[in-house]
Amino acid sequence: MTSQASQQTVNRDTINIQGNHACALGAIAAGCRFYAGYPITPSSEVAERLAKELPKVGGVFLQMEDEIASIAATLGASLGGVKAMTATSGPGFSLKQENLGYGMGAEIPCVVVNVMRGGPSTGLPTRPAQGDLMQARWGTHGDHPVIALTPGSVEEIYQQTARAFALSEQLRIPVIVLFDESLGHLVETITLPDVTEYEHTLRKWATGKPEEYKPYHADADGVPPMARPGDGYRVHTTGLTVEESGFPTQKADKVGPVMDRLLGKVALNNHLVESFEDVDCADADVVVVALGIVGRAAKRAVRDLRAQGIKAGLFRPITLWPFPTESFRKLTKKAKHFVVAEMNAGQLILEIGAAKGGKQTVSGLNRYDGVPIAPLQIIDAVKEASDHE
Amino acid sequence: MNKQITIDREDTANNKEANNKESSQKAFEIRDYLRLDLFPHFMCPGCGHGIALRALLWAIHSQGIDKNKLAIVSGIGCSGRVGSYIDANTYHTTHGRPLAFATGLKMARPDLHVVVITGDGDCLAIGGNHLIHAARRNLDITCLMLNNEIYGMTGGQVSPTTPHNRFTTTTPAGNREPVFDASRLAEAAGAGFVGREVTIHVPRLRDLIAEGLEYKGFSFIEVMSDCTEVNGRKNDLGSSPEMVLGQTRAMRPPKYELGEYDNNVVDHPFRPNSLNTGVLTRADRPEYGETYREMARNIQGMEKGGQP
Repeated sequence: MTSQASQQTVNRDTINIQGNHACALGAIAAGCRFYAGYPITPSSEVAERLAKELPKVGGVFLQMEDEIASIAATLGASLGGVKAMTATSGPGFSLKQENLGYGMGAEIPCVVVNVMRGGPSTGLPTRPAQGDLMQARWGTHGDHPVIALTPGSVEEIYQQTARAFALSEQLRIPVIVLFDESLGHLVETITLPDVTEYEHTLRKWATGKPEEYKPYHADADGVPPMARPGDGYRVHTTGLTVEESGFPTQKADKVGPVMDRLLGKVALNNHLVESFEDVDCADADVVVVALGIVGRAAKRAVRDLRAQGIKAGLFRPITLWPFPTESFRKLTKKAKHFVVAEMNAGQLILEIGAAKGGKQTVSGLNRYDGVPIAPLQIIDAVKEASDHE
Repeated sequence: MNKQITIDREDTANNKEANNKESSQKAFEIRDYLRLDLFPHFMCPGCGHGIALRALLWAIHSQGIDKNKLAIVSGIGCSGRVGSYIDANTYHTTHGRPLAFATGLKMARPDLHVVVITGDGDCLAIGGNHLIHAARRNLDITCLMLNNEIYGMTGGQVSPTTPHNRFTTTTPAGNREPVFDASRLAEAAGAGFVGREVTIHVPRLRDLIAEGLEYKGFSFIEVMSDCTEVNGRKNDLGSSPEMVLGQTRAMRPPKYELGEYDNNVVDHPFRPNSLNTGVLTRADRPEYGETYREMARNIQGMEKGGQP
């Protein structure tokens, strides 16, 4: 098995494919050669497809004994130098949180997919929801850096899963891919996007003399090169807070700078991380903020509202975390209202309240009954917000 | 910084024997395998974990394993910190999960020698599920479980192997829960190689670990370690030598020979005894990594239009 990007030709065929399968194929295209998972609705098809595809390309598929073991094995494989992924849904995502934090703290690249379903607890296993937006941001204990991507179509699932690998390798961080059951099980005809660039994006490997190598000494981009076992570096990896040598420290003057770099590295690379879709935000009175499948309904709503002469726009974060605050502010300077449409009781709205640059009013359109938000509901909500003017 | 450490060279008869066995290579020098910068170490006076570490390193040496190809994966607790001192690729992972991390690492990098160092709490309580499935899967990993019958790092709470009626900080009236027999558990779950040894017999422990390292598959080695500070003291078990001698008296050698190991057996030759030591199980089972790669090769062959 090799982590080197192979020169396989990209399949540019137009195919009819389910979101979860697109996730699996996007991962393979990005060079993923290891998957460990545990069966859970509605994400199981990601595992099933990878069980079939990975052996063909010399990769490894493992069905582990539980969700915790799945992310542990994924991180273990990545420590060995291989692009690795695990996929799950809400309850499993909760179980993975401790080791997700280990990956964030010890700076181990990997991709964690969460196909969201209704909650809390076992909730609505076969129904869509967007209830894990805040769990993705704050789920693991302690302060931590985070990247979470929220694709809005089957094609985007393929593309963003592949991109998640690239970001994860570049920034040495687990990257979370969030989409909901309706997208995971949606079958669409798509043209596979070219992700060769993501496939060829690999983490920086340690070079130079082993005795001079410091495992957590970062380059200008805030990311330290990683040592691969077998290359002669013999380094220590731990979940404890470490100094540059990789060994634990509790000294405040060491911990402070280490944490500053860890927490700041994503912002330092914002030009790589940030991504969103802007539909007519510049002159919009009312801007709808929505992501994933709701973003798609909102796009239709905005088109219809514009046809009716109402100045509506859509801001759809593709990178949910860190939230693209600066760009959002710039784009929505002229807006008077925000309508935050989301399939939960109000999570994204908290971020919009904090991110908005002016005195705009913010209203929420929420559904958590296992049914996606329809364009008509968004149209009504936008009209209601405009009427308050 | 106190970098002046004194680790006596073994010059016992056993060591001479070992040196003869290793005559083709350099004699074992523990400093060659340690990160001396990290000394003094964290272990309490009298802790058995250091002896287990020595036996492990000696076994690694006797097997001629390249440090660059050695991956030590550990969890949380006293056992989890032991691995940090080894000059190899060391992974101090989360509580209970070292076997799961090791599974991913070994599948991704079959060229590495993967050794897990874990403890009775890490391996049998929070990580119990991973132990039984690692044993079932039979991936080529050597799991060294340092059994000190207590949660030492957190201050001496009851563990799944704390003996009956033992006082701990969470069993103030004595432990009433039954104990796990870790070796039998691993064997029942399918581990191909299972062995148990006490720390007082370092060369025997070394040989057992060496056999486990050599075994192609999942090898489980239970080391009866002693926790003098938080376990022994609370239960009047004496100082470290008294504790390890106590273990020795409780142990039945693999080949029972009158008087060779312990004078005590003369008086009580058939006394009941839970501590079987030595190799407890050795079975030929397919190693999972090989099995998976063979399956993958077949699939790749079929993809190219070949026969299954």
